[in-house]
Amino acid sequence: MPKTVVLERKPLSISERTYLPQIATGLKTTFTNMFKPKVTLQYPEEKPRIPNNYRGVPTLVKDPNGREKCVSCQLCEFVCPPKAIRITPGSVPEDEEDRHHVEKAPEEFEINMLRCIYCGYCQEVCPEEAIFLQEEYSSSGYSREEMVNDKAKLYELGGTLPDQHYKWDKKKQAEDEGNSH
Amino acid sequence: MIDFETIQVVAIKLTFAFLMVGAVMTMAGYSVLAERKVSAWMQGRVGPNRTVLPLVGSVPVIGRFLQGLGIFQPLADGLKFLFKEEIVPGHVNKLYYYLAPIVALVPALTTMTVLPFGEFTNADGNFVPLILADLDIGILFILAVSSLGVYGIVLAGWSSNSKYPFLGGIRSSAQMISYELAMGLSLLPVFLWVSEPGSSVSSLSLVEIVRAQNSSTWLLLIQPVSALIFLIALFAETNRLPFDMPESETDLVGGFHTEYGSFKFGIFFVAEYAHIVIGSAIFTLLFLGGWNFLPWLDNPWPSSWIGTLIGTVWFLTKTIGLIFFFIWIRWTLPRFRYDQVMNLGWTKLLPLALANLVFYILLVTWLDQSNFNLP
Repeated sequence: MPKTVVLERKPLSISERTYLPQIATGLKTTFTNMFKPKVTLQYPEEKPRIPNNYRGVPTLVKDPNGREKCVSCQLCEFVCPPKAIRITPGSVPEDEEDRHHVEKAPEEFEINMLRCIYCGYCQEVCPEEAIFLQEEYSSSGYSREEMVNDKAKLYELGGTLPDQHYKWDKKKQAEDEGNSH
Repeated sequence: MIDFETIQVVAIKLTFAFLMVGAVMTMAGYSVLAERKVSAWMQGRVGPNRTVLPLVGSVPVIGRFLQGLGIFQPLADGLKFLFKEEIVPGHVNKLYYYLAPIVALVPALTTMTVLPFGEFTNADGNFVPLILADLDIGILFILAVSSLGVYGIVLAGWSSNSKYPFLGGIRSSAQMISYELAMGLSLLPVFLWVSEPGSSVSSLSLVEIVRAQNSSTWLLLIQPVSALIFLIALFAETNRLPFDMPESETDLVGGFHTEYGSFKFGIFFVAEYAHIVIGSAIFTLLFLGGWNFLPWLDNPWPSSWIGTLIGTVWFLTKTIGLIFFFIWIRWTLPRFRYDQVMNLGWTKLLPLALANLVFYILLVTWLDQSNFNLP
Protein backbone atom coordinates (compact mmCIF):
# COMPACT_ATOMS: atom_id res chain seq x y z
CA MET A 1 0.00 0.00 0.00
CA PRO A 2 1.43 3.38 -0.89
CA LYS A 3 1.61 5.71 2.01
CA THR A 4 -0.45 8.82 1.81
CA VAL A 5 1.74 11.73 0.82
CA VAL A 6 0.73 14.99 2.40
CA LEU A 7 1.63 17.85 0.11
CA GLU A 8 2.75 20.97 1.80
CA ARG A 9 0.89 24.02 0.63
CA LYS A 10 3.05 27.06 0.62
CA PRO A 11 1.35 30.22 1.76
CA LEU A 12 0.60 32.54 -1.14
CA SER A 13 2.94 35.43 -1.68
CA ILE A 14 1.58 38.95 -1.69
CA SER A 15 1.63 39.22 -5.47
CA GLU A 16 -0.18 35.90 -5.71
CA ARG A 17 -2.81 37.03 -3.28
CA THR A 18 -3.74 39.97 -5.46
CA TYR A 19 -4.42 37.47 -8.28
CA LEU A 20 -3.11 40.06 -10.72
CA PRO A 21 -0.05 38.15 -12.05
CA GLN A 22 -2.24 35.08 -12.58
CA ILE A 23 -4.84 37.17 -14.37
CA ALA A 24 -2.11 38.58 -16.61
CA THR A 25 -0.94 35.05 -17.44
CA GLY A 26 -4.49 34.04 -18.25
CA LEU A 27 -4.95 37.07 -20.46
CA LYS A 28 -1.77 36.18 -22.31
CA THR A 29 -3.01 32.64 -22.91
CA THR A 30 -6.35 33.74 -24.31
CA PHE A 31 -4.69 36.40 -26.45
CA THR A 32 -2.27 33.95 -28.06
CA ASN A 33 -5.19 31.57 -28.62
CA MET A 34 -6.82 34.20 -30.81
CA PHE A 35 -4.14 33.75 -33.46
CA LYS A 36 -3.96 29.98 -33.48
CA PRO A 37 -5.51 28.12 -36.43
CA LYS A 38 -9.22 27.52 -36.02
CA VAL A 39 -10.56 24.03 -35.58
CA THR A 40 -14.06 24.73 -36.89
CA LEU A 41 -15.28 22.58 -39.77
CA GLN A 42 -17.38 24.76 -42.10
CA TYR A 43 -19.88 21.95 -42.40
CA PRO A 44 -21.90 22.09 -45.59
CA GLU A 45 -18.82 23.17 -47.56
CA GLU A 46 -16.34 21.02 -45.68
CA LYS A 47 -17.25 17.46 -44.79
CA PRO A 48 -15.68 15.49 -41.98
CA ARG A 49 -13.37 12.59 -42.85
CA ILE A 50 -15.29 9.35 -42.31
CA PRO A 51 -13.21 6.71 -40.53
CA ASN A 52 -13.18 3.05 -41.56
CA ASN A 53 -15.92 0.84 -40.16
CA TYR A 54 -18.13 3.89 -39.72
CA ARG A 55 -21.73 3.00 -39.05
CA GLY A 56 -23.84 5.34 -41.12
CA VAL A 57 -27.28 4.87 -42.62
CA PRO A 58 -28.10 1.18 -43.31
CA THR A 59 -28.34 0.46 -47.03
CA LEU A 60 -28.99 -2.48 -49.35
CA VAL A 61 -26.25 -3.34 -51.82
CA LYS A 62 -26.14 -5.17 -55.13
CA ASP A 63 -23.48 -7.61 -56.20
CA PRO A 64 -20.98 -6.65 -58.93
CA ASN A 65 -23.28 -8.13 -61.58
CA GLY A 66 -25.96 -5.67 -60.54
CA ARG A 67 -28.17 -8.32 -58.96
CA GLU A 68 -30.10 -7.93 -55.77
CA LYS A 69 -28.39 -9.79 -52.93
CA CYS A 70 -31.11 -9.80 -50.32
CA VAL A 71 -33.07 -13.07 -50.20
CA SER A 72 -35.60 -11.73 -47.67
CA CYS A 73 -34.69 -14.18 -44.95
CA GLN A 74 -35.87 -11.53 -42.48
CA LEU A 75 -33.04 -12.16 -40.04
CA CYS A 76 -32.28 -8.44 -39.91
CA GLU A 77 -35.93 -7.69 -39.22
CA PHE A 78 -35.79 -10.22 -36.41
CA VAL A 79 -32.55 -8.99 -34.87
CA CYS A 80 -33.26 -5.27 -35.17
CA PRO A 81 -33.49 -4.01 -31.56
CA PRO A 82 -35.75 -0.99 -32.21
CA LYS A 83 -37.78 -2.86 -34.85
CA ALA A 84 -36.94 -0.37 -37.55
CA ILE A 85 -36.91 -2.88 -40.41
CA ARG A 86 -40.06 -4.15 -42.19
CA ILE A 87 -39.70 -6.70 -44.97
CA THR A 88 -42.46 -7.97 -47.23
CA PRO A 89 -41.08 -11.21 -48.68
CA GLY A 90 -41.75 -12.05 -52.30
CA SER A 91 -40.41 -14.21 -55.06
CA VAL A 92 -37.77 -13.39 -57.61
CA PRO A 93 -39.30 -11.61 -60.61
CA GLU A 94 -39.87 -13.92 -63.59
CA ASP A 95 -38.01 -11.74 -66.04
CA GLU A 96 -34.70 -12.00 -64.20
CA GLU A 97 -33.46 -15.27 -65.68
CA ASP A 98 -30.05 -15.24 -64.05
CA ARG A 99 -31.49 -15.16 -60.54
CA HIS A 100 -33.67 -18.22 -60.69
CA HIS A 101 -31.29 -20.19 -58.55
CA VAL A 102 -32.37 -17.92 -55.67
CA GLU A 103 -35.80 -18.62 -54.30
CA LYS A 104 -36.87 -15.36 -52.77
CA ALA A 105 -36.33 -11.61 -52.89
CA PRO A 106 -37.89 -8.81 -50.87
CA GLU A 107 -40.99 -7.36 -52.43
CA GLU A 108 -40.69 -4.36 -50.17
CA PHE A 109 -37.94 -3.46 -47.74
CA GLU A 110 -38.41 -0.53 -45.39
CA ILE A 111 -36.08 0.92 -42.78
CA ASN A 112 -37.58 3.55 -40.55
CA MET A 113 -34.75 6.00 -39.91
CA LEU A 114 -36.64 7.55 -37.01
CA ARG A 115 -36.36 4.21 -35.21
CA CYS A 116 -32.95 3.05 -36.40
CA ILE A 117 -30.24 3.29 -33.76
CA TYR A 118 -27.34 2.57 -36.12
CA CYS A 119 -26.27 -0.46 -34.07
CA GLY A 120 -25.20 -2.45 -37.12
CA TYR A 121 -26.78 -5.75 -36.01
CA CYS A 122 -28.53 -6.06 -39.37
CA GLN A 123 -25.21 -5.91 -41.17
CA GLU A 124 -23.72 -8.39 -38.74
CA VAL A 125 -26.52 -10.91 -38.98
CA CYS A 126 -27.05 -10.81 -42.76
CA PRO A 127 -26.00 -14.17 -44.26
CA GLU A 128 -25.98 -12.67 -47.75
CA GLU A 129 -23.90 -9.61 -46.98
CA ALA A 130 -26.70 -7.61 -48.51
CA ILE A 131 -27.13 -4.88 -45.92
CA PHE A 132 -24.36 -2.50 -44.97
CA LEU A 133 -24.08 0.57 -42.77
CA GLN A 134 -22.15 2.85 -45.08
CA GLU A 135 -20.68 6.33 -44.90
CA GLU A 136 -23.88 8.30 -45.37
CA TYR A 137 -24.66 10.03 -42.06
CA SER A 138 -26.96 12.89 -42.90
CA SER A 139 -30.56 11.82 -43.36
CA SER A 140 -33.30 14.39 -43.06
CA GLY A 141 -36.88 14.93 -44.12
CA TYR A 142 -39.92 17.09 -43.60
CA SER A 143 -42.32 14.34 -42.44
CA ARG A 144 -42.26 10.99 -40.69
CA GLU A 145 -43.18 9.25 -43.95
CA GLU A 146 -40.19 10.80 -45.64
CA MET A 147 -37.89 9.32 -43.03
CA VAL A 148 -38.84 5.75 -43.95
CA ASN A 149 -36.38 4.49 -46.57
CA ASP A 150 -38.09 2.17 -49.03
CA LYS A 151 -36.41 -0.44 -51.19
CA ALA A 152 -35.61 1.86 -54.08
CA LYS A 153 -34.10 4.42 -51.76
CA LEU A 154 -32.06 1.79 -49.95
CA TYR A 155 -30.58 0.50 -53.19
CA GLU A 156 -29.91 4.05 -54.35
CA LEU A 157 -28.01 4.73 -51.12
CA GLY A 158 -26.25 1.37 -51.15
CA GLY A 159 -24.97 1.03 -54.69
CA THR A 160 -22.76 -1.89 -55.54
CA LEU A 161 -20.10 -3.36 -53.33
CA PRO A 162 -17.45 -5.93 -54.34
CA ASP A 163 -18.41 -9.50 -53.53
CA GLN A 164 -15.81 -11.98 -52.29
CA HIS A 165 -17.90 -15.14 -52.42
CA TYR A 166 -20.50 -15.24 -55.22
CA LYS A 167 -22.23 -17.77 -52.98
CA TRP A 168 -25.22 -18.49 -55.20
CA ASP A 169 -23.20 -18.62 -58.39
CA LYS A 170 -21.01 -21.33 -56.86
CA LYS A 171 -24.07 -23.23 -55.70
CA LYS A 172 -25.64 -23.05 -59.14
CA GLN A 173 -22.41 -24.16 -60.76
CA ALA A 174 -22.22 -27.11 -58.38
CA GLU A 175 -25.84 -27.96 -59.14
CA ASP A 176 -25.21 -27.79 -62.87
CA GLU A 177 -22.16 -30.06 -62.54
CA GLY A 178 -24.15 -32.58 -60.55
CA ASN A 179 -22.75 -32.40 -57.05
CA SER A 180 -25.10 -30.21 -55.15
CA HIS A 181 -23.49 -30.81 -51.81
CA MET B 1 -42.66 84.04 -28.07
CA ILE B 2 -40.00 81.65 -29.25
CA ASP B 3 -37.49 83.26 -31.55
CA PHE B 4 -35.70 81.62 -34.41
CA GLU B 5 -32.41 81.16 -32.59
CA THR B 6 -33.99 79.12 -29.81
CA ILE B 7 -35.57 76.82 -32.38
CA GLN B 8 -32.23 76.52 -34.13
CA VAL B 9 -30.43 75.60 -30.92
CA VAL B 10 -33.10 73.07 -29.99
CA ALA B 11 -33.00 71.57 -33.48
CA ILE B 12 -29.22 71.25 -33.38
CA LYS B 13 -29.30 69.71 -29.92
CA LEU B 14 -31.99 67.25 -31.01
CA THR B 15 -29.98 66.24 -34.06
CA PHE B 16 -26.91 65.72 -31.90
CA ALA B 17 -28.93 63.74 -29.39
CA PHE B 18 -30.28 61.41 -32.08
CA LEU B 19 -26.81 61.03 -33.58
CA MET B 20 -25.34 60.22 -30.19
CA VAL B 21 -28.05 57.68 -29.33
CA GLY B 22 -27.61 56.15 -32.77
CA ALA B 23 -23.84 55.96 -32.35
CA VAL B 24 -23.99 54.41 -28.88
CA MET B 25 -26.68 51.93 -29.87
CA THR B 26 -24.72 50.93 -32.96
CA MET B 27 -21.63 50.47 -30.85
CA ALA B 28 -23.66 48.38 -28.39
CA GLY B 29 -24.93 46.23 -31.26
CA TYR B 30 -21.47 45.76 -32.65
CA SER B 31 -20.08 45.02 -29.18
CA VAL B 32 -22.38 42.00 -29.20
CA LEU B 33 -20.85 40.97 -32.50
CA ALA B 34 -17.36 41.65 -31.13
CA GLU B 35 -18.16 39.54 -28.11
CA ARG B 36 -19.22 36.63 -30.29
CA LYS B 37 -16.28 36.99 -32.65
CA VAL B 38 -13.59 37.46 -29.98
CA SER B 39 -14.93 34.61 -27.86
CA ALA B 40 -14.92 32.41 -30.95
CA TRP B 41 -11.36 33.31 -31.82
CA MET B 42 -10.18 32.73 -28.27
CA GLN B 43 -11.80 29.29 -28.30
CA GLY B 44 -10.39 28.28 -31.67
CA ARG B 45 -13.68 28.79 -33.49
CA VAL B 46 -14.65 31.03 -36.38
CA GLY B 47 -17.73 32.82 -35.04
CA PRO B 48 -20.71 34.17 -37.00
CA ASN B 49 -19.80 34.29 -40.69
CA ARG B 50 -22.96 33.35 -42.59
CA THR B 51 -25.26 36.35 -42.39
CA VAL B 52 -25.13 38.55 -45.46
CA LEU B 53 -27.37 41.07 -47.16
CA PRO B 54 -28.59 39.98 -50.61
CA LEU B 55 -26.82 42.57 -52.75
CA VAL B 56 -23.67 43.05 -50.68
CA GLY B 57 -22.91 39.34 -50.77
CA SER B 58 -22.40 39.44 -54.52
CA VAL B 59 -19.71 42.15 -54.38
CA PRO B 60 -16.56 40.21 -55.35
CA VAL B 61 -14.00 40.48 -52.55
CA ILE B 62 -15.46 42.94 -50.06
CA GLY B 63 -18.81 41.15 -49.73
CA ARG B 64 -17.07 37.90 -48.84
CA PHE B 65 -14.79 39.69 -46.39
CA LEU B 66 -17.66 41.47 -44.63
CA GLN B 67 -19.64 38.24 -44.47
CA GLY B 68 -16.65 36.51 -42.90
CA LEU B 69 -16.43 39.24 -40.29
CA GLY B 70 -20.13 38.82 -39.53
CA ILE B 71 -20.82 42.52 -40.11
CA PHE B 72 -24.51 41.87 -40.79
CA GLN B 73 -25.05 39.60 -37.82
CA PRO B 74 -26.29 42.37 -35.44
CA LEU B 75 -29.07 43.16 -37.94
CA ALA B 76 -30.20 39.55 -37.91
CA ASP B 77 -29.95 39.42 -34.11
CA GLY B 78 -32.04 42.58 -33.71
CA LEU B 79 -34.68 41.38 -36.16
CA LYS B 80 -34.85 38.07 -34.36
CA PHE B 81 -35.64 39.84 -31.08
CA LEU B 82 -38.32 41.92 -32.83
CA PHE B 83 -40.14 39.02 -34.44
CA LYS B 84 -39.97 36.44 -31.67
CA GLU B 85 -43.14 35.43 -29.91
CA GLU B 86 -43.89 37.73 -26.99
CA ILE B 87 -44.43 35.45 -24.01
CA VAL B 88 -45.50 36.83 -20.65
CA PRO B 89 -45.63 34.19 -17.93
CA GLY B 90 -48.91 34.08 -16.00
CA HIS B 91 -47.32 34.44 -12.58
CA VAL B 92 -45.55 37.77 -13.07
CA ASN B 93 -46.49 41.22 -11.84
CA LYS B 94 -47.37 42.70 -15.22
CA LEU B 95 -46.65 46.39 -14.53
CA TYR B 96 -43.18 45.95 -13.08
CA TYR B 97 -42.42 43.11 -15.47
CA TYR B 98 -42.89 45.49 -18.39
CA LEU B 99 -41.25 48.40 -16.58
CA ALA B 100 -38.02 46.59 -15.70
CA PRO B 101 -36.35 46.51 -19.15
CA ILE B 102 -37.11 50.19 -19.65
CA VAL B 103 -35.68 51.06 -16.25
CA ALA B 104 -32.57 49.10 -17.18
CA LEU B 105 -32.08 50.84 -20.51
CA VAL B 106 -32.91 54.46 -19.65
CA PRO B 107 -30.00 55.11 -17.23
CA ALA B 108 -27.57 53.52 -19.66
CA LEU B 109 -28.70 55.94 -22.35
CA THR B 110 -29.06 58.95 -20.05
CA THR B 111 -25.44 58.95 -18.92
CA MET B 112 -24.31 59.58 -22.47
CA THR B 113 -25.59 63.15 -22.31
CA VAL B 114 -22.64 64.24 -20.19
CA LEU B 115 -20.07 62.23 -22.14
CA PRO B 116 -17.71 64.50 -24.08
CA PHE B 117 -16.09 62.90 -27.10
CA GLY B 118 -13.93 65.66 -28.56
CA GLU B 119 -13.42 69.39 -28.70
CA PHE B 120 -12.84 72.13 -31.23
CA THR B 121 -11.60 75.71 -31.18
CA ASN B 122 -14.23 78.25 -32.14
CA ALA B 123 -13.67 81.60 -33.83
CA ASP B 124 -12.85 83.33 -30.54
CA GLY B 125 -10.09 80.83 -29.76
CA ASN B 126 -12.03 79.13 -26.99
CA PHE B 127 -12.14 75.38 -26.64
CA VAL B 128 -15.66 74.08 -27.08
CA PRO B 129 -16.25 70.48 -26.07
CA LEU B 130 -18.36 68.17 -28.21
CA ILE B 131 -20.93 67.15 -25.64
CA LEU B 132 -24.70 67.13 -25.30
CA ALA B 133 -24.78 68.83 -21.88
CA ASP B 134 -21.59 70.18 -20.31
CA LEU B 135 -22.54 69.78 -16.67
CA ASP B 136 -20.23 71.01 -13.92
CA ILE B 137 -21.06 67.88 -11.96
CA GLY B 138 -20.61 65.51 -14.88
CA ILE B 139 -19.07 62.59 -13.01
CA LEU B 140 -21.52 62.95 -10.14
CA PHE B 141 -24.36 62.79 -12.62
CA ILE B 142 -22.93 59.66 -14.19
CA LEU B 143 -22.39 57.94 -10.84
CA ALA B 144 -25.90 58.84 -9.73
CA VAL B 145 -27.71 57.84 -12.89
CA SER B 146 -25.75 54.77 -13.95
CA SER B 147 -26.35 53.05 -10.63
CA LEU B 148 -30.09 53.48 -11.22
CA GLY B 149 -29.69 50.69 -13.75
CA VAL B 150 -29.67 48.23 -10.87
CA TYR B 151 -33.34 49.02 -10.28
CA GLY B 152 -34.12 47.49 -13.64
CA ILE B 153 -32.45 44.28 -12.59
CA VAL B 154 -33.98 44.24 -9.12
CA LEU B 155 -37.44 44.96 -10.56
CA ALA B 156 -37.00 42.23 -13.15
CA GLY B 157 -35.94 39.74 -10.50
CA TRP B 158 -38.75 40.65 -8.19
CA SER B 159 -41.63 41.01 -10.63
CA SER B 160 -40.80 37.71 -12.34
CA ASN B 161 -42.10 35.96 -9.23
CA SER B 162 -39.86 32.96 -9.59
CA LYS B 163 -36.88 31.83 -7.58
CA TYR B 164 -33.94 32.20 -9.96
CA PRO B 165 -34.69 35.75 -11.09
CA PHE B 166 -35.32 36.60 -7.45
CA LEU B 167 -31.89 35.32 -6.40
CA GLY B 168 -30.37 37.21 -9.33
CA GLY B 169 -32.06 40.40 -8.20
CA ILE B 170 -30.85 40.00 -4.62
CA ARG B 171 -27.29 39.31 -5.70
CA SER B 172 -27.32 42.21 -8.08
CA SER B 173 -28.49 44.75 -5.52
CA ALA B 174 -25.99 43.56 -2.91
CA GLN B 175 -23.18 43.65 -5.44
CA MET B 176 -24.07 47.08 -6.75
CA ILE B 177 -24.17 48.59 -3.28
CA SER B 178 -20.80 47.15 -2.28
CA TYR B 179 -19.01 48.21 -5.44
CA GLU B 180 -20.61 51.62 -5.74
CA LEU B 181 -18.73 52.73 -2.63
CA ALA B 182 -15.33 51.60 -3.86
CA MET B 183 -16.05 53.18 -7.24
CA GLY B 184 -16.90 56.57 -5.76
CA LEU B 185 -13.91 56.48 -3.42
CA SER B 186 -11.54 55.57 -6.22
CA LEU B 187 -12.63 58.64 -8.17
CA LEU B 188 -12.07 61.13 -5.35
CA PRO B 189 -8.23 61.12 -5.64
CA VAL B 190 -8.56 61.75 -9.37
CA PHE B 191 -10.52 64.93 -8.86
CA LEU B 192 -8.37 65.86 -5.90
CA TRP B 193 -5.31 65.66 -8.13
CA VAL B 194 -6.80 67.56 -11.04
CA SER B 195 -8.37 70.36 -9.03
CA GLU B 196 -5.70 70.81 -6.39
CA PRO B 197 -5.38 74.33 -4.99
CA GLY B 198 -3.64 76.69 -7.34
CA SER B 199 -4.55 74.90 -10.54
CA SER B 200 -6.89 76.60 -12.94
CA VAL B 201 -9.29 73.67 -12.97
CA SER B 202 -11.73 73.09 -10.19
CA SER B 203 -14.63 71.09 -11.38
CA LEU B 204 -16.28 67.70 -11.48
CA SER B 205 -16.76 68.06 -15.21
CA LEU B 206 -15.38 65.32 -17.43
CA VAL B 207 -14.25 67.91 -19.96
CA GLU B 208 -11.96 69.52 -17.39
CA ILE B 209 -10.51 66.13 -16.47
CA VAL B 210 -9.58 65.50 -20.08
CA ARG B 211 -8.11 69.01 -20.49
CA ALA B 212 -5.98 68.45 -17.40
CA GLN B 213 -4.47 65.44 -19.15
CA ASN B 214 -3.58 67.47 -22.26
CA SER B 215 0.20 67.56 -22.88
CA SER B 216 0.76 66.02 -19.48
CA THR B 217 0.57 62.45 -18.39
CA TRP B 218 -2.47 60.21 -18.33
CA LEU B 219 -4.05 59.84 -14.92
CA LEU B 220 -3.63 56.07 -15.29
CA LEU B 221 0.12 56.56 -14.77
CA ILE B 222 -0.26 58.94 -11.83
CA GLN B 223 -2.98 56.98 -10.08
CA PRO B 224 -2.71 53.32 -11.06
CA VAL B 225 -4.45 52.11 -7.92
CA SER B 226 -7.44 54.38 -8.47
CA ALA B 227 -7.63 53.19 -12.05
CA LEU B 228 -7.48 49.55 -10.99
CA ILE B 229 -10.20 49.93 -8.37
CA PHE B 230 -12.36 51.91 -10.78
CA LEU B 231 -11.91 49.28 -13.47
CA ILE B 232 -12.82 46.42 -11.13
CA ALA B 233 -15.85 48.33 -9.86
CA LEU B 234 -16.78 49.07 -13.48
CA PHE B 235 -16.80 45.35 -14.22
CA ALA B 236 -19.08 44.84 -11.23
CA GLU B 237 -21.34 47.75 -12.21
CA THR B 238 -21.78 46.51 -15.76
CA ASN B 239 -22.44 42.94 -14.53
CA ARG B 240 -19.62 41.56 -16.59
CA LEU B 241 -17.69 38.45 -15.82
CA PRO B 242 -16.02 37.79 -13.38
CA PHE B 243 -18.79 39.62 -11.52
CA ASP B 244 -21.90 38.65 -13.46
CA MET B 245 -23.69 37.58 -10.29
CA PRO B 246 -27.19 38.65 -11.39
CA GLU B 247 -26.97 36.54 -14.49
CA SER B 248 -24.65 33.62 -13.59
CA GLU B 249 -26.26 31.31 -16.10
CA THR B 250 -24.64 28.19 -14.67
CA ASP B 251 -26.23 28.42 -11.25
CA LEU B 252 -29.24 30.72 -11.76
CA VAL B 253 -30.43 29.57 -15.22
CA GLY B 254 -30.47 33.10 -16.61
CA GLY B 255 -30.64 35.13 -13.42
CA PHE B 256 -32.85 38.18 -13.59
CA HIS B 257 -33.87 37.64 -17.20
CA THR B 258 -34.90 33.99 -16.85
CA GLU B 259 -38.58 34.86 -17.39
CA TYR B 260 -37.92 37.36 -20.16
CA GLY B 261 -38.01 36.66 -23.84
CA SER B 262 -38.13 38.29 -27.25
CA PHE B 263 -37.87 42.06 -27.35
CA LYS B 264 -37.90 42.62 -23.60
CA PHE B 265 -34.87 40.41 -23.27
CA GLY B 266 -33.36 42.26 -26.20
CA ILE B 267 -33.68 45.53 -24.29
CA PHE B 268 -31.87 44.05 -21.29
CA PHE B 269 -29.21 42.78 -23.64
CA VAL B 270 -28.72 46.14 -25.33
CA ALA B 271 -28.72 47.89 -21.95
CA GLU B 272 -25.90 45.66 -20.74
CA TYR B 273 -23.79 46.45 -23.78
CA ALA B 274 -24.67 50.14 -23.72
CA HIS B 275 -23.42 50.11 -20.13
CA ILE B 276 -20.16 48.59 -21.31
CA VAL B 277 -19.73 51.14 -24.09
CA ILE B 278 -20.40 54.06 -21.77
CA GLY B 279 -18.29 52.58 -18.97
CA SER B 280 -15.38 52.19 -21.37
CA ALA B 281 -15.83 55.76 -22.53
CA ILE B 282 -15.80 57.04 -18.95
CA PHE B 283 -12.67 55.10 -18.13
CA THR B 284 -11.03 56.48 -21.25
CA LEU B 285 -11.95 60.04 -20.30
CA LEU B 286 -10.81 59.72 -16.71
CA PHE B 287 -7.66 57.66 -16.98
CA LEU B 288 -6.61 57.34 -20.60
CA GLY B 289 -6.53 61.00 -21.56
CA GLY B 290 -9.75 61.13 -23.54
CA TRP B 291 -9.08 62.53 -26.99
CA ASN B 292 -5.54 63.60 -26.16
CA PHE B 293 -2.62 61.84 -27.82
CA LEU B 294 -0.07 59.80 -25.86
CA PRO B 295 1.22 60.84 -22.43
CA TRP B 296 3.65 63.79 -22.33
CA LEU B 297 3.14 64.44 -26.04
CA ASP B 298 1.31 67.35 -27.63
CA ASN B 299 -1.49 66.42 -29.95
CA PRO B 300 0.23 65.94 -33.32
CA TRP B 301 -2.87 66.93 -35.26
CA PRO B 302 -3.81 70.51 -36.20
CA SER B 303 -6.35 72.42 -34.14
CA SER B 304 -8.75 72.78 -37.06
CA TRP B 305 -11.80 70.59 -37.68
CA ILE B 306 -9.50 67.83 -38.96
CA GLY B 307 -7.84 67.75 -35.54
CA THR B 308 -11.24 67.54 -33.90
CA LEU B 309 -12.14 64.61 -36.13
CA ILE B 310 -8.86 62.80 -35.48
CA GLY B 311 -9.18 63.48 -31.75
CA THR B 312 -12.67 62.00 -31.70
CA VAL B 313 -11.55 58.97 -33.68
CA TRP B 314 -8.60 58.56 -31.28
CA PHE B 315 -11.02 58.71 -28.35
CA LEU B 316 -13.23 56.09 -30.01
CA THR B 317 -10.21 53.89 -30.67
CA LYS B 318 -9.30 53.92 -26.99
CA THR B 319 -12.91 53.19 -26.06
CA ILE B 320 -13.10 50.27 -28.48
CA GLY B 321 -9.81 48.98 -27.12
CA LEU B 322 -11.31 49.03 -23.65
CA ILE B 323 -14.45 47.25 -24.87
CA PHE B 324 -12.15 44.60 -26.28
CA PHE B 325 -10.50 44.42 -22.86
CA PHE B 326 -13.92 43.83 -21.25
CA ILE B 327 -14.58 40.98 -23.67
CA TRP B 328 -11.06 39.64 -23.26
CA ILE B 329 -11.44 39.47 -19.47
CA ARG B 330 -14.80 37.75 -19.83
CA TRP B 331 -13.35 34.87 -21.82
CA THR B 332 -10.32 34.56 -19.54
CA LEU B 333 -11.58 34.59 -15.98
CA PRO B 334 -14.09 32.28 -14.33
CA ARG B 335 -16.96 33.73 -12.29
CA PHE B 336 -16.38 34.57 -8.63
CA ARG B 337 -18.53 32.86 -6.07
CA TYR B 338 -21.11 35.16 -4.49
CA ASP B 339 -19.41 35.29 -1.09
CA GLN B 340 -16.06 35.91 -2.79
CA VAL B 341 -17.55 38.88 -4.60
CA MET B 342 -18.81 40.32 -1.34
CA ASN B 343 -15.51 39.56 0.37
CA LEU B 344 -13.50 41.24 -2.37
CA GLY B 345 -15.76 44.27 -2.42
CA TRP B 346 -16.00 44.97 1.28
CA THR B 347 -12.75 43.68 2.77
CA LYS B 348 -10.31 44.35 -0.07
CA LEU B 349 -11.45 47.06 -2.45
CA LEU B 350 -13.12 49.39 0.02
CA PRO B 351 -10.16 49.61 2.46
CA LEU B 352 -7.79 49.86 -0.50
CA ALA B 353 -9.82 52.72 -1.96
CA LEU B 354 -9.84 54.47 1.41
CA ALA B 355 -6.08 54.04 1.84
CA ASN B 356 -5.58 55.29 -1.68
CA LEU B 357 -7.67 58.36 -0.95
CA VAL B 358 -5.78 59.15 2.26
CA PHE B 359 -2.45 58.68 0.48
CA TYR B 360 -3.34 61.11 -2.29
CA ILE B 361 -4.76 63.63 0.17
CA LEU B 362 -1.42 63.63 1.99
CA LEU B 363 0.54 63.67 -1.25
CA VAL B 364 -1.42 66.56 -2.76
CA THR B 365 -1.18 68.52 0.50
CA TRP B 366 2.56 67.94 0.70
CA LEU B 367 3.10 68.91 -2.94
CA ASP B 368 0.99 71.98 -2.41
CA GLN B 369 2.83 73.03 0.76
CA SER B 370 6.28 72.49 -0.69
CA ASN B 371 5.43 74.46 -3.85
CA PHE B 372 6.57 71.82 -6.31
CA ASN B 373 5.52 72.32 -9.85
CA LEU B 374 3.14 69.57 -10.77
CA PRO B 375 3.75 67.74 -14.02
